[in-house]
Amino acid sequence: MKITDDSPPVLTALDRPNSYIGRSVPRPNLARLTQGRGQYVSDVTLPRMAHVAFVRSPHAHARIVRIEKAAAEKAPGVIAVVTGAELAQVMTPWVGVLTHLKGLKSAPQAPIAVERACWQGEAVCAVVARTRAQAEDACELVEVNYEELPAVVDPETALDPQTPVIQPTLGDNLCFERKLDVGKVDEALASSDAVVETTFLFGRHTGVTTEPRACVADWNPGEQKLTVYHGTQAPHMMQNLFAKHLGLAEHQVRVITKDVGGSFGIKVHTYADEMATVALSKLLKRPVKFVADRIESFVTDIHARDHRVKAKIGVKNDGAITAFEIDDLTGIGPYSVYPRTSGIEANQVVNLVGGPYTCPNYRAQARVVFTNKNVMCQYRAVGHPLAVAVTEGLVELAAAKIGMDPLEIRRRNLFPDDGYPAQSASGLKFEKLSHHESLAHLDSMMNYAGLRAEQKKLREQGIYRGIGFASFIEVTNPSAAFYGVGGARITSQDGATVKLDAQGALIVATGVTEQGQGAESVVAQCVASSFGVPIERVRVITGDTDVTPYGGGTWASRAAGIGGEAAWQAGKALRANVLAVAGAMLQAKPEALDIRNGKVVDAVSGAERLPLEELARVAYFRPDTLPSGIQAELVATRHYVPRAWPFAFTNGVQASYLEVDVETGFVKLLKHWCVEDCGTIINPQLVDEQIRGGIVQGIGAALFEHCLYDESGQLTNGNMADYLVPMAAEMPDIECGHVVSPTADSELGAKGAGEAGTAGAPACVMNAINDALRPLGAAPLTDIPFTPAKILRALGRI
Amino acid sequence: MHEIDITLTVNGERVSERVEPRKTLVDFLRDDLFMTGSHVGCEHGVCGACTLRVNGEIVRGCLMLAVQCDGATVETIEGLSDSGEIADLQAAFEQRNALQCGYCTPGMLAAAQDLLKRGGVPSRDEIREYLSGNYCRCTGYHAIVDAVEAVAQARAGGRK
Repeated sequence: MKITDDSPPVLTALDRPNSYIGRSVPRPNLARLTQGRGQYVSDVTLPRMAHVAFVRSPHAHARIVRIEKAAAEKAPGVIAVVTGAELAQVMTPWVGVLTHLKGLKSAPQAPIAVERACWQGEAVCAVVARTRAQAEDACELVEVNYEELPAVVDPETALDPQTPVIQPTLGDNLCFERKLDVGKVDEALASSDAVVETTFLFGRHTGVTTEPRACVADWNPGEQKLTVYHGTQAPHMMQNLFAKHLGLAEHQVRVITKDVGGSFGIKVHTYADEMATVALSKLLKRPVKFVADRIESFVTDIHARDHRVKAKIGVKNDGAITAFEIDDLTGIGPYSVYPRTSGIEANQVVNLVGGPYTCPNYRAQARVVFTNKNVMCQYRAVGHPLAVAVTEGLVELAAAKIGMDPLEIRRRNLFPDDGYPAQSASGLKFEKLSHHESLAHLDSMMNYAGLRAEQKKLREQGIYRGIGFASFIEVTNPSAAFYGVGGARITSQDGATVKLDAQGALIVATGVTEQGQGAESVVAQCVASSFGVPIERVRVITGDTDVTPYGGGTWASRAAGIGGEAAWQAGKALRANVLAVAGAMLQAKPEALDIRNGKVVDAVSGAERLPLEELARVAYFRPDTLPSGIQAELVATRHYVPRAWPFAFTNGVQASYLEVDVETGFVKLLKHWCVEDCGTIINPQLVDEQIRGGIVQGIGAALFEHCLYDESGQLTNGNMADYLVPMAAEMPDIECGHVVSPTADSELGAKGAGEAGTAGAPACVMNAINDALRPLGAAPLTDIPFTPAKILRALGRI
Repeated sequence: MHEIDITLTVNGERVSERVEPRKTLVDFLRDDLFMTGSHVGCEHGVCGACTLRVNGEIVRGCLMLAVQCDGATVETIEGLSDSGEIADLQAAFEQRNALQCGYCTPGMLAAAQDLLKRGGVPSRDEIREYLSGNYCRCTGYHAIVDAVEAVAQARAGGRK
């Protein structure tokens, strides 16, 4: 039996008599999902609803000469056939730039391509019909005459003078560039006992959410109101963007997000086809539904990670790391994605390389260039998997070169646990991390010495097992430093409104959104604890811009740390309001009372004084019996935004144990471990499952996932048969451990945990493969994903 | 387009409808019968989100046409839930947090129940192998294996 019951609470400063902080309470909304009673956007049907399908460019780069739509317009069920030029009358184009990423540039992007299609899969015409099948049928009848243009597909040559410029108004194909030079890198490298230099390649991959992107837009001219049912992570951000580009006020737009079938950063961006769907609803004055099919998802969901990083590390024979140097190049497609931009991932790589280590000498260059492939943007753990793979790959290669154990070299270079606050060479500020304690915990949890002995013994039998590690830091709880300062209307604060209902239960509306990670559960736990009711008496409402406080939604591991704190504070505020009423009713001082398990009690003795049902009855139905001057305020709202630190960094370390079949090149994952420190743990089970899910997403990147483009810019494996994702049979069991260093920025002290798994797993698997193959003299593998063919080539077998 | 009359039993109810020959079973269930518990993930038989039961066997709802189900008995997550057949499995998934977004879950439950119906307590590797046609992006599978293993043990009377 592997299922354990809810763990008993450990008393901390956060503990109240019925605290749920630190307990693995099951999520309250799960039965709906296990019974197939969820309400995903794909499931939404409205009266008069029409369906849209898009004609998409088969070319990576082409001029749209002529669109002949007469035949399609006559097809059964067709309501409208709309071109980019026609839709431009309804919706304005957008430009994906942020002012704090200096020099970042991009061209205006339209919901449907107007003159040119700039990647294979860009929509060039919309067909709206009574059913999706009829819309797709009619798409076949739209004749588009293209003049094919040269496609820019290789980032390495994108900046060459002879390479065509994709967006002529920009002058060149450079989207963004950043340089950093800290300390004395050249001197440090020259004085090193060993220098390792290599090139890391990261294959493009994508999110493959199980539910594809979906939206239903409903413009009601009678109310002059647009309602959008949208599978998004950030409803308020989308409210702003829909309003802005349709020329509406934000209060005319309502975004409703019910169940979302996976997001992982895929569903936090502006997609041209979703913007087109909204514009079509405005144009046609009726609901229009768009659900991407899987083939469309592969060519339009943002891709990520397509980076080439030339990297160098210097070390002394005693293991001291002297310097890091990187040169990152990434190709992001023809547009910087709106509104978060496509410069963030490269920027994060520059910020994060070397992050766990005290080494003061660091030089970095990053260039972000335009290409004629699908757009790239932020996907789970943005930049982290790349930076961690580069850093940790270099550290283990350096350790091997000087003959030092990979854990020992880390011990000699990680920021000391008693040395905070601290700052990385790139300028990241750390409030409190626990690299050494985490490493020690991992060492014992995995029985490192025992595994090394087993590895050695099995090698003698011709069985090649490897052990790889990755220390990491993770950006969580972002302040306005992430997007707000760059001019994007993406809020970093979040709010919660708590209402006492007429039977003494609580309804909480929160600005963070549920994507399956358990945000609703965390919010309920925080409110139940700080207010004082059994969690069964808390219902949480998320994902409705008409109902919830203005909030940022879910991204960058912010929902628990920021949304949880707002909920905690709102519960406290309502408790104070309720106790004021209770004091009046009981002729007691409010501070002599408390609320525990849904009852007003004497704070000292715990004796019951008044059930909340009775208080609510009096406050709502017999307020005439309350003393004059007492007005019950049974709704409270609180907001929270981190102020002391731009980001709440977390840290951790992962390990992978695997076996490489040197005959076939196949990798069998035997076990994976992760110790991480996300501060106060509100719900241990949810944290562990975020870690596990994240690790498997990172393993997918390491071993399987790759969007393969040919030289003409065609995606050649855009379906689930050819693009491999991790399935149950190939994945290992994953053991999680924790160290707890709360942030003092909030009362809860919680940091995020959503991306740590994805951040560290690829580096870990890479290091383990190289550890396995080292005795065979194989050249180190640094080209992600590590397919059997690449492994056999490294072994010289093919 | 020429349409065809079909009659079938869905979750114990007799259903007669006229459908296009090209319509998949899962589209028929979702669009014509409004049974949205079966999900569409890839429409080419890889992801398993549309896994459901036809005549007692699990199938991909996207790889079968509605017209092929004339005379058949179809069971979806709605039926498996209402009958109570998988109540213990659902409870284990909830308690173990073996689902996050929940989109793969109806198909995952159908596949897991198909394995559990055989009796005995499968090993973790056997559970992983049996569920290897059902894609879950959220959980990393570990919790799903835990939940299925726990139910297998409970159904076997707590014996290993």
